[in-house]
Amino acid sequence: MLKRQEVIIAGMGGQGIMVIGQLLAHAAVMEGSSVVWFPTYGPETRGGFAECTVIVASEEIGSPVTSTPDVLIAMTQPLLDKFAPTVKPGGTIFVNTSLAEPPTNCPNCKIVGIAANDVATELGNVKAANMVMLGAYVGMLKPVKLESLKASMEEVLPEHNRRFIPANNAALEKGATLVGV
Amino acid sequence: MANRKLMKGNEAICYGAVAAGCDAFFGYPITPQNEIPELMSTLMPANNAVFLQAESEVSAINMVYGAASAGKRAMTSSSSPGISLKQEGISYIAGAELPCVIVNVQRGGPGLGNTQAGQADYFQTVKGGGHGDYKVLTLAPWSAQECYEFMPLAFDLADQYRGPVAILMDAIIGQMLEAVELHGDFPSIDRSKTWAVTGTRGRAHNVINSLWIDVNVMEELNIRLQARYRTAERDEVRYAEYQVDDADLVLVAYGCPARVCRTVVDLARQEGLKVGLFRPITLYPFPTARIAEIAKSGSQFMAVEMSCGQMVEDVKLAVNGAAEVLFYGRTGGVVPTPTEVFNFVVEYGVSSCAADKRA
Amino acid sequence: MKKVFERPKALTQAEFSYCPGCGHSIIHRMIAEVMDELNITDSTIGVCPVGCAVFMYDYMSCDMIEAAHGRAPAVATGVKRVLPDSFVWAYQGDGDLASIGTAEIIHAAARGEKISVIFINNTTYGMTGGQMAPTTLVGQRASTCPAGRDPDKTGYPLRICEMLATLDGPSYLARVTPTSPAGLVKTKGSITRAFQNQLDGISFSLVEVLSNCPTHWRMTPIESFKWIDENMVPVYPLGVFVDR
Repeated sequence: MLKRQEVIIAGMGGQGIMVIGQLLAHAAVMEGSSVVWFPTYGPETRGGFAECTVIVASEEIGSPVTSTPDVLIAMTQPLLDKFAPTVKPGGTIFVNTSLAEPPTNCPNCKIVGIAANDVATELGNVKAANMVMLGAYVGMLKPVKLESLKASMEEVLPEHNRRFIPANNAALEKGATLVGV
Repeated sequence: MANRKLMKGNEAICYGAVAAGCDAFFGYPITPQNEIPELMSTLMPANNAVFLQAESEVSAINMVYGAASAGKRAMTSSSSPGISLKQEGISYIAGAELPCVIVNVQRGGPGLGNTQAGQADYFQTVKGGGHGDYKVLTLAPWSAQECYEFMPLAFDLADQYRGPVAILMDAIIGQMLEAVELHGDFPSIDRSKTWAVTGTRGRAHNVINSLWIDVNVMEELNIRLQARYRTAERDEVRYAEYQVDDADLVLVAYGCPARVCRTVVDLARQEGLKVGLFRPITLYPFPTARIAEIAKSGSQFMAVEMSCGQMVEDVKLAVNGAAEVLFYGRTGGVVPTPTEVFNFVVEYGVSSCAADKRA
Repeated sequence: MKKVFERPKALTQAEFSYCPGCGHSIIHRMIAEVMDELNITDSTIGVCPVGCAVFMYDYMSCDMIEAAHGRAPAVATGVKRVLPDSFVWAYQGDGDLASIGTAEIIHAAARGEKISVIFINNTTYGMTGGQMAPTTLVGQRASTCPAGRDPDKTGYPLRICEMLATLDGPSYLARVTPTSPAGLVKTKGSITRAFQNQLDGISFSLVEVLSNCPTHWRMTPIESFKWIDENMVPVYPLGVFVDR
């Protein structure tokens, strides 16, 4: 189990930023880890920036906020530009290359490009791009088990979105496959 | 472990209210506390309790006044601008010696401010807020678990001290998802209220009132309230310490900044700097005696707040000149990060400590 | 010998502190008589206002709450919601109900809150010294409009019954005045009806009583009653506005 991993997930409202953060948090609780998740929204109800922070740890978590995450999952260019310089040296940046160019100014970070929108579209629904990214992150860095994410779907998704669970699970797996799992 | 459930601090407040046997919730929408009325709208009826969305914060607190007059456990929740509106009612509740719980999920201010986290309502909460000589016992949770635990405690304190009790949070503590163990294991205290208005049914009539035209009677009420506050200052002070015993510099913080400071302590200790964290859990009564004791041991203090410096005044009063008290604050909705607080500690806190020691 | 007149049991032994000839005394007694007749005193919680009737808690033998200025309908709501089997009335003056407490009364009415409200409209802030009220008539003098209410600067009186009658929540809204024997009978009848509605679990009721303020109007009680009939009733027509 990893000691502590700080993740920032960022994109536009409507991309399912909050929900993948919550899935990660829920899976971590299932596995007995400590976890905090907290959101920042733009003032708009729809379409503004959406960011959340998730911290998963094997010990009690102090600060729920971080200015230097270990991991960034960036779904769009503006949020990638905002957060990429903050990632700790040795950290990992997951870039949705369907909507953003991989950064060139983070020489000390590992950059993982996933064309999440394209992959999700091929799978049948572009809205699952968030799940592709989450699958890639969890497949590569293993903060939780992929199975725990799947087991969290029922609890985390609102009732009207539970019909997407099979498609979400497929997208998670596809994302993990793309990073060689 | 079995009952660990991922929830927001705001949601934990609701489950805590149910565990406390809350009879009635009256509220009004305002961000960042909307999860509370939303969840209460189903949780309260499911537990045979009352939920009502009032037409305003003013009405909500007056509905609390009515339900509390009837001897029931009543509460409201809001965020900074809404709490300002409730101050009239809180003063009346204090004056009429009614128990109730008020949750404030603080946001950036003044004015309409913003919906991000703030702590600039400290003075308003612990120094009175409304008119008149009264105090509000105030609990400051720093985790979703404490949001849950503190609700039954708040209702018990309200009953015991016959006055309003505040839960002072911030947007991060309210919005943050964490695992909470819903154990339901709380002590039950005597909740009988002979003073309540319930219909006379054979007894002499009860009156709930805060109007006393006779100045001597009004003064007696104030003396009675003050006596209760002295008892609370003696019996109800709560705080937590982390690595304080050998600390050269003691960070003092509550709510989200206390969480940040806990990480700062770890960062500092990794660098060999003797930094500790003192976390007041009751903001009123403030842990004055313990801070004074620590000050005597030669530690310096640094209050860290999401305000321009409010709690730091209570730290200074407690230290009473015996040690230097520094301050680091961010405000207007900005949350201090561990890195910036650590850098400040290194630049101003620990270095000046070391300089003092050399001198 | 049969006793034909006695103090209602819903009143305490305390003496009213009202000015001679003030309508509050008449209406207090009438409420107490209705409580006796409906046999509800021991299950009643009364909510009194800020204004001349602020000491009503001393006069009524039922359980009483003194509310903040204008907030009586919210306080009454809080009580009624947690004690639905109790009987809850609120008593408010015009400054309390029609100025500082407009939000509270409108929303209690809109919710159809199962409470009964007695609204005393005497066009005056009596307790604070005769200032202009929201119900002060155009041209009427008050200490904050010594030349008479000028609608160009201070607008027009509020007609509460008519305003509330636009809502679906209330089940009974009536305006009465006790300036004559027939008016007294109607006033008591309206209070009885409002109370009965709550006992029957129907919904919100309000009785607006046009009343006097001989002290600040600088009239004798008889002159003040005449003034109500001649000046107030044309602006505030008597009648039942909602009955369902």
